[in-house]
Amino acid sequence: MDNKAKPVIELKHVSKVYPNGTVGLKDVDLTINHGEFVVVVGLSGAGKSTLLRAINRLHDITEGDILIDGESITNAKGKELRMLRRDIGMIFQSFNLVKRASVLRNVLTGRVAYYPTIKTTFNLFTKEDKQRAYEALQRVDMAEKVYNRADELSGGQQQRVSIARVLTQAPKIILADEPVASLDPKTSHKVLDDLKKINTELGMTVLVNLHSVELAKEFGTRIIGIRAGEIVFDGPVSETSDEQIREIYAGQAEVE
Amino acid sequence: MEKSHLDSLPKKPLRPTKIALTVIMLVGLVVSTIATGADFGMFFANFGEFTVLFKEMAHPDWSYAYYVVDPLIETIKMAVLGTVIGSAVAFPFALLISRNIVKNKFVTGIFRFILNIVRTIPDLLLGAIFVAIVGIGPVAGIISLAVFTFGMVGKLFYEAIETIDEGPIEALTAAGANKFQIIQFAVFPQIQTYFISYTMYAFEINVRASTVLGYIGAGGIGMFLQRSLSLYRYDQTGLIVLVIFVVVLLIDHISNISREALIK
Ligand SMILES: Nc1ncnc2c1ncn2[C@@H]1O[C@H](COP(=O)(O)OP(=O)(O)O)[C@@H](O)[C@H]1O
Ligand SMILES: [Mg+2]
Repeated sequence: MDNKAKPVIELKHVSKVYPNGTVGLKDVDLTINHGEFVVVVGLSGAGKSTLLRAINRLHDITEGDILIDGESITNAKGKELRMLRRDIGMIFQSFNLVKRASVLRNVLTGRVAYYPTIKTTFNLFTKEDKQRAYEALQRVDMAEKVYNRADELSGGQQQRVSIARVLTQAPKIILADEPVASLDPKTSHKVLDDLKKINTELGMTVLVNLHSVELAKEFGTRIIGIRAGEIVFDGPVSETSDEQIREIYAGQAEVE
Repeated sequence: MEKSHLDSLPKKPLRPTKIALTVIMLVGLVVSTIATGADFGMFFANFGEFTVLFKEMAHPDWSYAYYVVDPLIETIKMAVLGTVIGSAVAFPFALLISRNIVKNKFVTGIFRFILNIVRTIPDLLLGAIFVAIVGIGPVAGIISLAVFTFGMVGKLFYEAIETIDEGPIEALTAAGANKFQIIQFAVFPQIQTYFISYTMYAFEINVRASTVLGYIGAGGIGMFLQRSLSLYRYDQTGLIVLVIFVVVLLIDHISNISREALIK
């Protein structure tokens, strides 16, 4: 249990103002420890995606500092930034697979940051990595589709392939930005089950944006509420009342 | 049915800019006709000569066929080489001017400007320039076609690149991939069929262009076309035109079929 108390993501006074003046994040302080399964909830436009994209620096922040396992990503450049990103997998609402490529090839792309350019240019993925990709597909029950083209799959299947891609990347952290927003309830459960298993069995830290409170309570161990770029709630699911969650959403109406 | 309170569809408003443009174009046509001294009378007066030439061309010199085989092959070789070289250079260049790949507007701006300059030069002028530089022969033709292809497919390529789904780029970036890996794994799979299709399209055009290029000394069958005309051997001209016609048609057809198969 000792290791679990070690922070893996630390945000220190993080603010983000978009070039057009919109405030994405406002003085956010947040620490997430190894092995946590954190759910971020909040209305659409509250800043959930901005938070996740700040962590792996798909977006630059305008103030503050973000540490990944103790190392600052805020000013990292080139290879240093790529190595930090390699430790942070990401899952997207729109799956972001290469539709014309095979499932296997998509899953292998999770691995490219482990290779120098020369090797990837000639497609020199090692046998071990191909096996690793196949095992990741087995973990999400997609093994039989390994040679199908990605665009032949349903939305839920595509999202599971994208989870396999992240598994192949073998990161310490997984960021999932509304991974089930475009899926039906049954498929949503399957996808979140997969993420939960990855968290408990492989020990990867998971930070997932959800806008369904029911799912948040069912899967999360810790809930973070965000409103207008600010963290307005942070606590363990077991101690969170429905009333408190309603407040995360309700306050927004007053602000706007 | 009560519909009296509904307004009827109003007339489409006249667009002043449209009218102005039409007037400007008409005036421009008249002015340029006068300025260039185009003489329609002369055109019709010489019409008789045209029919004579056409009559002779209608009886091609079949025995000449043997001599046009080599220059014909040379023409096709010129087109192939020009297309391959031009497209190969155009691909990295197109990446450099795609705003979703290179975020620096200054860089994309400069290289787009260069591409646009190249595109304004007509193929015949390119031919003339390179005949002057490297001398008469197919090398001048190949370089001209390469530059011409570069301008043509460079634009088609970057427009294709700019329409791709950016999701995979985002995914690869987030996974720690570098620029080359992003291009190889997220961009290339999405555009490769367009890439091949546009290259084949360029080849079709280049086969036609290379027949004409020879006319100004850039190698291939065009040189024979020019010779037959200057010798008033319209029967030979007739044969050459016929051969070009058949070959262009054949290549267009094959290329079309394979492009359709590719897109599927
Ligand atoms: N690229 C951008 N440029 C300007 N404003 C943005 C951009 N992306 C998001 N925003 C704004 O930032 C705020 C937070 O957005 P986001 O993080 O996407 O919210 P959420 O994911 O919670 O729905 C919103 O007001 C949104 O309009
Ligand atoms: Mg969002």
